[in-house]
Amino acid sequence: MTNGPLPSAAPSAQAVFRLRGVSKTYRMGEVEVHALRGVDLDLYAGELVVLLGASGSGKSTLLNILGGLDTPTAGEVRYLDHDLANAPEELLTSFRREHVGFVFQFYNLIPSLTARENVSIVTDIAEHPMKPDAALALVDLGERLDHFPAQLSGGEQQRVAIARAIAKRPDVLLCDEPTGALDFATGKVVLDVLRHVNAELGTTIALITHNAAIGRMADRVIRISSGRIVAVEVNATRASPEDLAW
Amino acid sequence: MVTLDRKLVRDLWRMRGHLTAVAVVACCGVAVFVTMQSAYDALVRARADYYDRFRFADVFATLTRAPVTLLPRLRAVSGVASVDDRIVQEVTLDVPDFTDPATALVVSVPDEGRPLLNDVFIRSGRYPEPDARDEVLVSESFAHAHGLRPGGTLAAVINGRWQSLRIAGIANSPEFVYVIGGAGVFPDDRRYGVVWMTRTALGSALDMRDGFNSVAIRLAPGADERSVIDGVDEILRPYGSPGAYGRDEQVSHAMLDGEIRQDRVTGIVVPAIFLAVAAFLVHNVLMRLIALQRGQIGVLKAFGYPDGRIAAHYLKLALAAVVAGAAAGVALGDWFGGGLAAMYQRFFHFPTLAFELSARNIALVVAIAVAAAVAGAWPALRRALALPPAEAMRSESPPTYRPLLLERLGLASLLTPVARMWLRALERRPLRAVAAILAVGFSCALLVVGQFGLDALEETVRLQFREARRDDVRVALREARGPSVEQDLAHLPGVTRVEAMRVTVANVRNGPRWKRVTVMGLRRDGELHRIVDARGAEIPVPANGAVLSASLARILRTHAGASVELDFLERRRRQVHVQVAAVVDEPIGLFVYLERDELSRLMGEGPGYTGAYLRVDHDRLGELYDRLKHLPAVSGVTLREATIRSFLATIAENIRISVTILIAFACTIAAGVVYNGARIALSEQATTLASLRVLGFTRGEVSAILLGEQAVLTAIGIPAGLLIGYALCGWLAHLLETDLYRLPLALEATTYGYAGATVVLAAVVSGLAVAWRVRHLDLVAVLKSRE
Repeated sequence: MTNGPLPSAAPSAQAVFRLRGVSKTYRMGEVEVHALRGVDLDLYAGELVVLLGASGSGKSTLLNILGGLDTPTAGEVRYLDHDLANAPEELLTSFRREHVGFVFQFYNLIPSLTARENVSIVTDIAEHPMKPDAALALVDLGERLDHFPAQLSGGEQQRVAIARAIAKRPDVLLCDEPTGALDFATGKVVLDVLRHVNAELGTTIALITHNAAIGRMADRVIRISSGRIVAVEVNATRASPEDLAW
Repeated sequence: MVTLDRKLVRDLWRMRGHLTAVAVVACCGVAVFVTMQSAYDALVRARADYYDRFRFADVFATLTRAPVTLLPRLRAVSGVASVDDRIVQEVTLDVPDFTDPATALVVSVPDEGRPLLNDVFIRSGRYPEPDARDEVLVSESFAHAHGLRPGGTLAAVINGRWQSLRIAGIANSPEFVYVIGGAGVFPDDRRYGVVWMTRTALGSALDMRDGFNSVAIRLAPGADERSVIDGVDEILRPYGSPGAYGRDEQVSHAMLDGEIRQDRVTGIVVPAIFLAVAAFLVHNVLMRLIALQRGQIGVLKAFGYPDGRIAAHYLKLALAAVVAGAAAGVALGDWFGGGLAAMYQRFFHFPTLAFELSARNIALVVAIAVAAAVAGAWPALRRALALPPAEAMRSESPPTYRPLLLERLGLASLLTPVARMWLRALERRPLRAVAAILAVGFSCALLVVGQFGLDALEETVRLQFREARRDDVRVALREARGPSVEQDLAHLPGVTRVEAMRVTVANVRNGPRWKRVTVMGLRRDGELHRIVDARGAEIPVPANGAVLSASLARILRTHAGASVELDFLERRRRQVHVQVAAVVDEPIGLFVYLERDELSRLMGEGPGYTGAYLRVDHDRLGELYDRLKHLPAVSGVTLREATIRSFLATIAENIRISVTILIAFACTIAAGVVYNGARIALSEQATTLASLRVLGFTRGEVSAILLGEQAVLTAIGIPAGLLIGYALCGWLAHLLETDLYRLPLALEATTYGYAGATVVLAAVVSGLAVAWRVRHLDLVAVLKSRE
């Protein structure tokens, strides 16, 4: 564990995200909440990063800013040559559309669409998507294509959500507590899918969690507390999700 | 304020968009009810009061002439309370500064005292002086159309003599609440009026000093009208009476009755539609609110709030919207009612037509609105009450969907995922979808119905006054004249074609069924008055046999090929049998058509004509009118096109006003349903839509997904509405049909187009208003939200 200049797992790799001095302040009634206080961070192509922190630490705010859902109060956010800090809403939308895949804690599938359709609704608006069936096969759901969300277990729903996120071949996959709503065994299955996606497709993955054990499967673990990055750990070897325990 | 009511106030504020839609729809329904019900009350009250105070007669009869010595016999008929004898004659008028000839019905009034029956109400001026023979009263509508005032003058050709008249007063009578010409169907205030003249003056002018040619009879309480009519007919037949008739055949009364009936129907049907839609919207809003507040309901129950309190809480929310809407509706209805009363004053001439907002009507409509709110709220409340607290506090189990019928049929590939979302959502709640389709449909139907009056009118005018009739001028003769009359009229200035006709009155009979009708004797190869059916096809005047109006054939239960008896009522009474050569479907009147000379023969007379249709060189109309005004043989002149135009101009203005109101109201339903549906969809699908925004869907794409469901409902609702509209028009036509008048069910293609387009516009505007809210979807919250 080191402080100071941020270490990277693969210094030779290209930084896709570059954040400098990023602060975010919310006004909640009378109170000013400093969600992020001067964060500097680089994310590199192809790495799997876990953002670890307690609830209220600012990790979700950081993920929102990375995903173009929110803009910082101060500081610089660049995705390759895109300036995300000052982009208007339309550009942020097309940034999300072209480059980012999201996986939500509660899956957020469309209940009236089958697994396959939940994927194809996204591939319909993507430039060079996978076939929905292929994306679902990748998350090992090739058998349940025509099931509606209400007919799937939580783990299966989350895998559909991952298939939906990766089907458009995003450059970055942002996962917000993807195992938060799942039991231990199912959570590990989902994490294995993410690892598989990272390995097979080379998609950069940023995963936020408050579960420290998950950090072992990452290239890097970035610990966040009170709106600051307090530590960055580089794992020399990534643990397999199967070996994780919590 | 108890805490639960604080929540109520805040919920009201939070749901203000949804509830406003409910309130506005309820407002429209209540406004229509108040307007039409108050108009109905006003007409019924004004009529009853007028008839009573001015002693409107119950039975009427006209005759050629009879001596006044006959009167005691009439008074002796069982069931007769009083008899008023008078002289009535149609004459040509010459009004200063008015080129066209006008026609007036001159009615005698006693020299001293007032008419025993059908008394006159003097609006301004005074009753004629007994010895001032040239003093008259002029009907208000005619005076108003020409700016005539007491002290002014006009001239009339009475019994062939040109006579100058001084206007003593402007008057109305219960007999002429609705003033319409003898040959006309439409009122034409500039060309037809009523003139009251003292009995001595008119009697001298018509050489009828000790005689009369018209009686009005009041029945004794409980008397049977039919038997009185039979008694009167027996006495008057020898004097050329074509038969007495009751109020139902008295034109003014019948028209007024029709209007009152129409108010009643409109005042029930239209508010019922609006309040049903309001109930539907209440239902949707409360179902959604209760789904959203499931947890809160569970907590309230867990803490011991009784079911009644919880139900009352949500019911108050619905009632607040409906009662607020009803209050606005009462105010709006009061305002419209004033306008409608002013419009009625143009057609119906009462001494006063007071439009009053009655407490009874307000109480009634508020009670109905409240009942609608309760009916709409009930299923939602029941659902809330049925929830056990523990279950209520758990989140609702996720909705289950299934493949569409279309997909089960293997046609899945026709649909995009987004289209499937729309259709599955609709298929999952089929009742809600059907109700929404019906609501949109009814808004569309109302537009069709609103336009129907105008279409039916135009079709009637087209068929019966433009297709069938091609004359410029119709001349009525004081008495039947020989065939030479055609040449005489042809010599008048500007006349290019003359077709003389014979008109008489007969009872037409088939077994026990009979009807008193006008018999028209037309020229066989005539061009100026043809017999034309509803499809515009000409039916030639048969050499032998009669053509009957379809309504008449229905009443008599007869058909082409059968035989009917004609009992001519004029002069020498005579019964003959004729074969029904054809039946013609036509919107107005009950007629028997015969070849004109065949008619004379059947009547046992030589060829003779009672009038003629003229085609005229329009450049010489002024000259012709001038001559006609002074011709002693002419008792009346009708200008076809001028009458139609003046009527259409008046009615068009009124229809424009009511159609504008109807468009606004119908749009309210469409907009309310779409707005409400979209708001509820937005509430239900907020997480889904925000997720899609996170996944990179643009606002436009997300709005399209949101509004698609409403678009599908609107797209189905419009054609359904056009069908409902057509059916409603048919029903209304049936309901308002009388023996004399039938609304042809002829809806213009443009009517459907305009109704559909208006609904689309209303739906688009309200859809966009909701789509605007897509901006405010919280994309960040959705990452953490659980549906």
